[in-house]
Amino acid sequence: MRRQLMKGNEAIIKSAILAGCRAFYGYPITPASEIAEAAAEFMPKTGGVYVQAESEVAAVNMLYGAASAGVRAMTASSGPGISLMQEGISYMAGAELPCVIADITRAGPGLGNIGAEQADYHQVVKGGGHGNYRTLVLAPNSVQEMADLTALAFELADRYRNPVFILADGFIGQMMEPVEFPETATPTQLPEWAVAGTAASRGNLISSLELDFDKLEKHILALEAKYRIACHRETRAEEWMTADAEIVLVGYGIVARILKAVTAEARAAGIKVGVLRPITLYPFPVAQFQRLALSAQVFAVVEMSTGQLIEDVKLALNGLRPVQFLSRVGGNVPSHNEVLALVRELARRAPAAPAREEERVANAY
Amino acid sequence: MPTESAGEYAPVQSRARSFYGRYERKEDLEHQTHFCPGCGHGIVHKMIARAIDDLGVQDRTIMVGPVGCGVFTYYYFDVGNVQAAHGRAPAVATAIKRSRPESIVIGYQGDGDLSAIGAAEILHAANRGENITVVFVNNAIYSMTGGQAAPTTLVGMKSTTTPNGRNAATEGYPLHVCELLSTLQAPAYIERVGLGDNKQIWQAARAIRRALANQVHGLGFSLIEVLSPCPTIWKMTPVEAQRWVRGVMENEFRLGVFCDRTNERAVSADLRPVTPDPALDDLPRILGVARERLPGSEAQAFTPGREIDLEVRIAGFGGQGVLLLGEVLAEAGLDAGLEVSWLPSYGPEMRSGTSNCHVRLSRHAIDSPLVASPVVLVAMNEPSLRKFDRSVRSGGWVIYNGREFPADCARDGLNVLARPFTELADELGEKRAANMVMLGALLEITGVLPQASIDHALARLVKNPRWVELDQRALARGRELYQGSREG
Repeated sequence: MRRQLMKGNEAIIKSAILAGCRAFYGYPITPASEIAEAAAEFMPKTGGVYVQAESEVAAVNMLYGAASAGVRAMTASSGPGISLMQEGISYMAGAELPCVIADITRAGPGLGNIGAEQADYHQVVKGGGHGNYRTLVLAPNSVQEMADLTALAFELADRYRNPVFILADGFIGQMMEPVEFPETATPTQLPEWAVAGTAASRGNLISSLELDFDKLEKHILALEAKYRIACHRETRAEEWMTADAEIVLVGYGIVARILKAVTAEARAAGIKVGVLRPITLYPFPVAQFQRLALSAQVFAVVEMSTGQLIEDVKLALNGLRPVQFLSRVGGNVPSHNEVLALVRELARRAPAAPAREEERVANAY
Repeated sequence: MPTESAGEYAPVQSRARSFYGRYERKEDLEHQTHFCPGCGHGIVHKMIARAIDDLGVQDRTIMVGPVGCGVFTYYYFDVGNVQAAHGRAPAVATAIKRSRPESIVIGYQGDGDLSAIGAAEILHAANRGENITVVFVNNAIYSMTGGQAAPTTLVGMKSTTTPNGRNAATEGYPLHVCELLSTLQAPAYIERVGLGDNKQIWQAARAIRRALANQVHGLGFSLIEVLSPCPTIWKMTPVEAQRWVRGVMENEFRLGVFCDRTNERAVSADLRPVTPDPALDDLPRILGVARERLPGSEAQAFTPGREIDLEVRIAGFGGQGVLLLGEVLAEAGLDAGLEVSWLPSYGPEMRSGTSNCHVRLSRHAIDSPLVASPVVLVAMNEPSLRKFDRSVRSGGWVIYNGREFPADCARDGLNVLARPFTELADELGEKRAANMVMLGALLEITGVLPQASIDHALARLVKNPRWVELDQRALARGRELYQGSREG
């Protein structure tokens, strides 16, 4: 075992470079700045480009430029910066440009504070920019996943020609854990659609503009079809002790780590509880929720936002099972004891009559 | 239609090779542009296409189009085309040029695009001295959206959003982009030209060609501002509009060269070092993640006779080495073959002077890296002690930096080692080593890590040999203190 102790933010850049990323455009913001700092150190050493942009608006448009030229490129920021980038993200989705964006979330709204929060869920998972588009969103919950999912993000971005987000709370960015990287770097090829300043690519055009209503509709529907394929193929979730779980705890990022610790303790006390952790927030792991709805009695969503993830959970369950909710915000984290108290409370309540529940499930299908 | 043998007029009337023969990306009327009669854009387009032809860079050229009347550059230019968001062409062009330095990148922008919404992007691209060419078409108005005021609209000039004419008292004065950018040190060449008459037009063509040649020669940022007629929005005939450029606009926007550093650049451009990209196989080593190059030894064959699940909270003032203490502990744990996590509190409290971190060491995968109920609390000052002492598990330890442990913090089941660690470190020659004295005590109390792992961790994390030696003495002092407390 040869693992290194490393911050999540640093792991992102090292993994990105190994995955073929050769351009980083950023603007400093806590708690994401280490990503830009590591990029500033390592991009020039590895044949890549690093520019500290004048704003997040400029940074995301530089990303647009690099992606247009067929270069694997990324940026990183936190809530306020991601808000400013939404224009460019919409343009990139419209022009079908791949890129990777890391959002190391801090507390909002407005300037909020620099504590960890998960309240960027809506603006990242639902798309904060204008128009009909989606971004694929990966939610790491460890430093190892910061590395692994960054590499996956570049693959997905190229496969779907679409922006892909790494959505991690400030804790996942700031904490250090052992991490292991691939032993070889990924070779990349110039995509045939890129505008690279060569004779072969001279006829290429990168644009999100389409004046003709019918042609734009066709384009939008083609994007939508692409997202539907992603929903079928790219959904990822981790289940932990769910096989016989009556209570399913749902959370992502740092919260999922807390849920595991609580589950371990509650299991020791004989409570049948498990964890369902969405790894892809878009596409959302709907099938896993529906399957667990057949066996579990109740779901409990724990998030560091006032009710964002829970909307997707409720949509996925579509009324099959009740959904409980626990939230801490403003830089606070749901404590082990708070979550444990909720689990104990749910275990104390009498489960609904099995026959009636089965009937409801049957009706839903 | 172009004719190759039209005598002396051939260079003017033939189609530039860098233009498409038919504008197939256009919805209809593929043989003509979308520009109004008398519009300056068509003339400027032609100048750019000619310059591309003359310099022989058609294959290498990438045109970055704006939002506004110039948005359809890709209809006309038979080059690589990228359409940018409103005002962002300089940012887009920056990235293209940086990643494809062999390409010839032209940013084409109007006055609303460049001087209003994109003011920051053009300023900073110019200030970075990006080796790109910007053609800035100034017609003093937002044309495509129907004639709203621009930063370049003249005082008194009517627009749909200044119906009584631009009022300097409330809307300010026309923005002079060339004058503004020429105060910067980085740009290579900045010139303002006009389309007011044939003489001006010829000068404009020369300027655009020169700006493009500058890029081909690697001289740096060039911008050509072109005063350009907009008969439709100005509500003039094409002839009147051209006269207005010459007679009115030109009085506000002086023509001429505002900045020319091309002579000094001609030398330095050749001197720029060219470093080849490293081989892919070399990247893990460069990134410091190549397994065979990782510092230290293989994980220790360290198999303690008991379960390890050490949860530690370390807290103190910023500058006391709270985070480093935790990092050494985590790094040593990893070296000893344990699972570890280190999580800093990086919240606003950091700014007001206190700092803390969570460290876990375990023989099993670590579920939560947050330490809610520590087994050991290292409190480097009294506020930190009071913040966290209640959370320490029964049977756990508090290592406290103070001569006396506050009586009201004491409770049954709480083990305490209270010593003036800062003073003890000072006796060793460095107050700032108090964190390592406390770590020494922690290691001795818990006994979970072999000294070799601590040595390896220090070697990795502390670069200055003087500090390594000092830290080792501090750790030893901390161990002695705990042993002494047991004997006493």
